[in-house]
Amino acid sequence: MLSSPFITTPTSVNQIMLRVLLALIPGIALYVWYFGPAILVSITLASITALATEAVMLKLRDRPIKPFLSDHSALLTAWLLALSIPPLAPWWLVVVGTAFAIVVAKHLYGGLGSNAFNPAMIGYAVLIISFPAHMTHWLTPHALGGIELDFAQQLSYIFHGTLPAGLTLDAVTMATPLDTLKTQLHLGLSVSEIRDMPIYGRLAGHGSEMVALGFAIGGLYLLFTRIISWHLPLVYLGTLFAVAGIFHVFDPTHYVTPLFHWFSGAAMIGAFFILTDPVTSPTTAKGKIIFAAGAALLTYLIRVFGGFPDGMAFATILMNICVPLIDLYTQPKVFGKKDGLL
Amino acid sequence: MRTLHHFHGGIHPTSHKSLSTHQSIARAPLPKSLVIPLRQHAGEAAKPCVNVGDHVLKGQRIGTPSATLSSSIHAPTSGTIASIALHQIAHPSALPDLCITLIPDGKDTWIKREAVDFLALSANEMQQHLRDFGIVGLGGATFPSDLKLRHPIKVDTLILNGAECEPYITCDDMLMRERASEIVRGIVILRHALEAGEVLIGIEDNKPEAIAAMHEAVSAAQLDYAVVAVPTIYPGGSAKHLIKVLTGLEVPSGKLPTDIGVQCFNVATALSIKRALDDGEPLISRIVTITGNVEHPRNYEALIGTAFSDLIDLSVAKRDTNRYIMGGPMMGVVLPAVNVPLVKSSNCVIAASDTLFPPAPPALPCIRCTRCAQVCPAELQPQDLYWFAKSNNFGKAQEYSLADCIECGVCAYVCPSHIPLVQYYRYAKSEIRERSAEKLAADKARERHEYRQFRIEREKQEKAEKLAQREAASKAAAVVAPSTPSVDDTQQIRINEAIERAKAQAAEAHPKNTDALTPEQQAEIASIEARRAKIRELATDAGADDEPHKTS
Repeated sequence: MLSSPFITTPTSVNQIMLRVLLALIPGIALYVWYFGPAILVSITLASITALATEAVMLKLRDRPIKPFLSDHSALLTAWLLALSIPPLAPWWLVVVGTAFAIVVAKHLYGGLGSNAFNPAMIGYAVLIISFPAHMTHWLTPHALGGIELDFAQQLSYIFHGTLPAGLTLDAVTMATPLDTLKTQLHLGLSVSEIRDMPIYGRLAGHGSEMVALGFAIGGLYLLFTRIISWHLPLVYLGTLFAVAGIFHVFDPTHYVTPLFHWFSGAAMIGAFFILTDPVTSPTTAKGKIIFAAGAALLTYLIRVFGGFPDGMAFATILMNICVPLIDLYTQPKVFGKKDGLL
Repeated sequence: MRTLHHFHGGIHPTSHKSLSTHQSIARAPLPKSLVIPLRQHAGEAAKPCVNVGDHVLKGQRIGTPSATLSSSIHAPTSGTIASIALHQIAHPSALPDLCITLIPDGKDTWIKREAVDFLALSANEMQQHLRDFGIVGLGGATFPSDLKLRHPIKVDTLILNGAECEPYITCDDMLMRERASEIVRGIVILRHALEAGEVLIGIEDNKPEAIAAMHEAVSAAQLDYAVVAVPTIYPGGSAKHLIKVLTGLEVPSGKLPTDIGVQCFNVATALSIKRALDDGEPLISRIVTITGNVEHPRNYEALIGTAFSDLIDLSVAKRDTNRYIMGGPMMGVVLPAVNVPLVKSSNCVIAASDTLFPPAPPALPCIRCTRCAQVCPAELQPQDLYWFAKSNNFGKAQEYSLADCIECGVCAYVCPSHIPLVQYYRYAKSEIRERSAEKLAADKARERHEYRQFRIEREKQEKAEKLAQREAASKAAAVVAPSTPSVDDTQQIRINEAIERAKAQAAEAHPKNTDALTPEQQAEIASIEARRAKIRELATDAGADDEPHKTS
């Protein structure tokens, strides 16, 4: 180095990204355990697409390919997106979503560090708006003992769109627990009646609650190794708990428990892995708290009163828009400029 | 046990201090020649007060203060003045500065040294004495110590800075271990001079020997000074941060510690104050750590003006050494050449190699992870300042308190994208300085011009009035003797006015006082320009996503 400091920590962007990928593994492992290996196919597809589009975009933008490709940021986008798409989705859905995330949401905004929106969430939003039907066929957990496809049959559906004779897609898939909750509430059932349905487990959806727990474990690892700061996940989960708690206490027949909200849908992976994307979240401590609380509130409102079963992605994107403003108005006082000094 | 406070951020780099603390301080041999820069302190360079060929004694004054913010320079040994000329100094710009070269006669004959009873001195006499003896802060800033005693506000707390937070550097540590009683004597003088209340001696807890030695010296002198072990954290030795840790008080931005009733001196400064008064010895030597990639890392007591190369030779640099850093690895500068002279601020030289300090990998874009903000002791938002500096948005950088950046380097230390952040801040600061200087010059030129316009206008009016009077007079006279001189008169006045206008225009075309500069001014301009060019170069080199690093 030409000037001081001459020493640095060995921490690098690719190490940080690698740790985050590592922290996703408990959740993915539980996913495979409860729903079968199809998710690994979409993760692989998304990874290949992400690396390929990232390389092409770097080339087109005349940026060095090797250091940027090895920063693992594209892989992280790919994994997060794959985890929010139904595993049995046709292959092109994963490819289109990932390509959009990398090309438009990341590189057209200036690449690593310059994107205003979380690329994975943009990819997800594009898919759920453009192909809503494909985004609702989720796998049934093994434990429910319904008709199950074996891995070869899953592959056949993903790549050729063909199912074994006599089976329809509806027979082998189901809506998400949040989606089912919403539909059944509309049909006039009470929360306790809905919760008695076999797809629900102790906290939330059978199987999916355990996957959420896996993400929480990975998230806590990130928290304790200080890869992420506490502000975003804790404030997000805390606010979600508080809001859901208030509604639940006042009307438990129509509003599920706060724990149900925690362990449903994308709340856990969102709190620890999506909101915490440093590029698209505020930089100040106060800003992070506002951002996370806003995202939690929006998640709850969209889930309960909005048109989509889950609200994590849209809540994230809406809060991403506010980041520059939040940062501007939450600048901390610097050393020697605090109130009450001379 | 005292309650200590803490400041935001900071880092814990590996200290590497034990390298150079195994051996006691060694006295460096008398070199063949000494090159003594006339600017070794904050402010204006000293004026030489000897001539080439003069024989001087050890401790004789050879440079006198040239301004309020200036100090004296002394001959470190007896000998002959060989030259007073420009010489390369330990400044990263590699630009020369005025230095006195002294050829020692080998006798090391002192001037007459007289002890002064500090209790008998008035405040003014004490300040004058320190000024005459060239006492400046040895912690790095080399601020003239006499000026630090001059502040009118009462000092409640006198703090002695023995924190020495930068890795590798051990000169204060060794000084406290070996010369604690002299330091304590210096503190007695300082406390008297400042009429200070309590005295706190802050030493980082990674120096237990120094803490013990200072404890012992304080209790041997039966004083109530508190030797306080402060947590080892970089940059805990920054005066403002040590004050915060010890007192919980924050020095307001742009203010001095005395504004909150605190004054802070480095322990080595205290010792040199003791020598100036008790022993009649001016500041002509200091302790310097020679460490890093050398066979025998050690501390030396060396005369000011000794070439670093002489000291490095004593410690024997290892073969793969490829550069030398003056100061610590966090804030030090690369020496432009190894034969530049030791000055009052030189606390350490680290022999560096690519193994010891591996070159940083290519910088990646900032991902706003805010690890820098988490460690910044000035509580700035380094990621924002970087962004503003990079986009030349200096107004915004100032708004985000760039001026409060102490350039400690912790932001760059933790940056996972390996962005040389401090270089960006130095660049932005120098641009801001330059622009405000330009603005000041432009403002002055405009004021001059406006005054000139006003004056011309006023003269015109006066002439017109005179003319009117004269015309009235001549009309009165014409009644007696009709003639036509008044026409000539008005023409003449018009001609004069035209000449005046032309002169004014010529002056306008030359609004700035850019010629007839003194050599010093020219040298200063050249040095500023060179520094700016260098910083700009560094900043562009570092611009990762502006200037892609091609790896193929």
